[in-house]
Amino acid sequence: MNYEDRLQNVTVLGAAGKMGSGILLLTALEMADLMLQPENSSKKFILNAMDVSVDGLKGVMKYMRSQVLKVAEKKTVVLRKIYANREDLIENADIVQAYIDDVLSLVHPTTRLESAYESSLIFEAVSENKDLKVKIFKQIDQNNPNKPWYFTNTSSVPIHVMDEEAGLEGRILGFHFYNPPAVQKLVELIVTNRTLPEAKEFALEYAKKLRKVVVPSNDKAGFIGNGHFMRDALHGIKEAERLAQDMPYVTAVYVVNKATQDLLVRPMGIFQLIDYVGIDVVRFILNVMNPFYPDEELHSPLLDMYFEQGVKGGQNPNGSQKDGFFKYEKGKIAAVYGPYVKKYIPVDEIQESIDDRFGDLPENIIPWKSVIRMKDRNEVLQKLFDELKSMEDLGAQLAVTYGKRSDAIGRKLVTDKVAHNEDDVNTVLLTGFFHAYGPINNYFE
Amino acid sequence: MIPRKKVYMAAGYNTVSLGTGRSEFNPKKPRPGLEHYIKEAGTETLKIIGGPENVDEGVIGNFMAPRFNKQGNMPGFIPYIDEGLQWKPAISVEGACGSGALALMSGVKSVLAETADVVLAVGVEVQNTMKAIYGADVLAGAGWFQKRKNGHAYFFPGQFSDRAGAYYDKYGFERTRKGFARWFRNAMENARLCPTAQEYENKVTDPEALYLSREPNGKFFVDNLTVFDCSKVSDGASALIIASEEGLERCGIDKKDAVEVVSFAQVERNITNDPPDLTELTTIKKAVHQALDSAGLTIDQLGTIETHDCFSIAGILAMEALGFAKPGEGADFVAEGHTARDGKIPVNTTGGLIGWGHPTGATGVHQAVTILEQLTGKAGAAQIEISPGKPYGMTINMGGDDVTVVCIIYKRG
Repeated sequence: MNYEDRLQNVTVLGAAGKMGSGILLLTALEMADLMLQPENSSKKFILNAMDVSVDGLKGVMKYMRSQVLKVAEKKTVVLRKIYANREDLIENADIVQAYIDDVLSLVHPTTRLESAYESSLIFEAVSENKDLKVKIFKQIDQNNPNKPWYFTNTSSVPIHVMDEEAGLEGRILGFHFYNPPAVQKLVELIVTNRTLPEAKEFALEYAKKLRKVVVPSNDKAGFIGNGHFMRDALHGIKEAERLAQDMPYVTAVYVVNKATQDLLVRPMGIFQLIDYVGIDVVRFILNVMNPFYPDEELHSPLLDMYFEQGVKGGQNPNGSQKDGFFKYEKGKIAAVYGPYVKKYIPVDEIQESIDDRFGDLPENIIPWKSVIRMKDRNEVLQKLFDELKSMEDLGAQLAVTYGKRSDAIGRKLVTDKVAHNEDDVNTVLLTGFFHAYGPINNYFE
Repeated sequence: MIPRKKVYMAAGYNTVSLGTGRSEFNPKKPRPGLEHYIKEAGTETLKIIGGPENVDEGVIGNFMAPRFNKQGNMPGFIPYIDEGLQWKPAISVEGACGSGALALMSGVKSVLAETADVVLAVGVEVQNTMKAIYGADVLAGAGWFQKRKNGHAYFFPGQFSDRAGAYYDKYGFERTRKGFARWFRNAMENARLCPTAQEYENKVTDPEALYLSREPNGKFFVDNLTVFDCSKVSDGASALIIASEEGLERCGIDKKDAVEVVSFAQVERNITNDPPDLTELTTIKKAVHQALDSAGLTIDQLGTIETHDCFSIAGILAMEALGFAKPGEGADFVAEGHTARDGKIPVNTTGGLIGWGHPTGATGVHQAVTILEQLTGKAGAAQIEISPGKPYGMTINMGGDDVTVVCIIYKRG
């Protein structure tokens, strides 16, 4: 079975989710490219969008339409050539519409798992629950005569565990997109020592066609991305808890978030990132990872408390941020949640009490948005972090400690043989998390 | 052709050319519509001429309001400018991007026919109503629709890309691009002197270097041109009056504040034919020579020109059509600075279509307003010196790929 044949019947499981919908979009576009090649005109291409939520599927079809429209408008020059033989398509508007129709004609929304029984390739993006994943794999594999390949989007569950429990004979690999898949360039590719070599080969070609940056990770729970993020987040939580001994808890959360965003020049502060991913999801991932690292305590009672109070973060179907550690207004942090008082305290009230102690921003500060546009950023970053190290304000000290800890986490991923090398760790944080610099550096020494 | 009686143009006004480049332009926010632009330009012209009672008839030049704005019956917007224009004759004319000059010609002919002494002419286009990829469909209407299917997604850039490609092949890529780069620089530098220009706020320190930093890429746009070769997508309107001597007097306008139409040429090429020579603007060549010859003038007597540089290649080819350079040497002529504001022949002194903007149906009128301002000393910071030996100004307005062309020669009244 060659590349095209493999992509003739595909199912995306969890297609209505944030990750699933992105995978669905990218796969539909790739399949449409194949379908529209003249030599493939007689072949049938089917992409099942499977999800348990009917409303979710309606939403994802709407999302698909709007996204494919954008894609079509961007590549009309090429599409005109592809549709050169269609005499009825004359104006760009005709071409764009035809392309949308063709892409969407591939996609079959369904709530029935049975749709996957005929597929050769199955993308799995259901919730981060090992037992659920295994159960689904098992059911499909027992009913699907094609010996399909399973590309799981898990960000934490070791692949070999699922392979063994579901009896997939090496027909599974980890193909971990970053959120949102249509935008983020990174894919973590995880193979086990049983994964079929041809499946890996296909995965690399598919990633290349999608113009993704592939970073191989070893099959250790959490892989590189969450391996770093989870420990980084736990450090943030610990820092906030430490600070909360001599300041209000909400102030501590605000301070740590501000230091990690502004002073460490990251796209978001650590607590905003947890909200973005979802407090519930982070908690889930920690639960998955924890048993695999007996020497560490990958667990946070604080997150449990939030979760139990129903404060979960994550995103609304329209992409807006749900409230979590913070309440957001027009995408900006407006208030901080106090789990002990069980309400949000406006940021304005918090700022006044702490800004002095936090300290002024360093002279050499430069916003993340500007840094990522710089090709040569080492010098400006070095200058900024040198200044931070010389400052005694609370914010600066927090940031320097944080930078060191982040560096140590990165290096440990290499010594623990999760990542093959330091560059891979840095690539994951640079491309998957949009950091302006890799965590493994010498800035904070 | 020289007019049988004296015909003047006066009381010119340009709205801002709104689109990318202007800081007030935000594609995501609502913007003024057609009505706004027509009213603004018309009202300002009426103020100069003492009110609507001095107007005998109105004419609107517009290209594609039926598609950009889903609006037809454009003459109905003449009385919208001012109640005082209600119940007077009005007409609209269309000849693609040459619509503006057709509006001027319509006015000139009414004055010559003595059916009017004062014609209010307005050119207007509001085209930021759609994304560029769909705007390209609309603008493709300036070509023969039978050829749309095999044309480029960006149809008109595609047409002129073919012209640029033919020119590169014949005369050399690097050499031609040097001329284009200088054309772009002149457009930016001149636009910065004109507050209504789309590139008024342009701050690029070295436009030529910027131009040359980008190579054409047929994967995303056309094969032989880049965005810096192209005119703008613009919303805007321009207005002026076309008047007889009596008309000027009625409006209380001194001849010194008007320009006289010395000669004009209106030339049409069969839209269903391909251009006879991709490296020549044949219709423009005919038009400019008809206009010059009928008035007994040579290009050495021209003090300034507004030419239709919808693409830089059209600007270069117009210089050759005029005879400022031999075929193949137009790019060198421009690269050497001869068309700059301090050059041998200042061209497009407020930026032209690439720098000032190109609200398609308004452009012909805008060109006339610019010449009017230059010849009457009212061009503000963009003013060039008009020497007594070269008192004439010229406009060249083109619709489609060298299809509908009007050339007018002016002198101060």
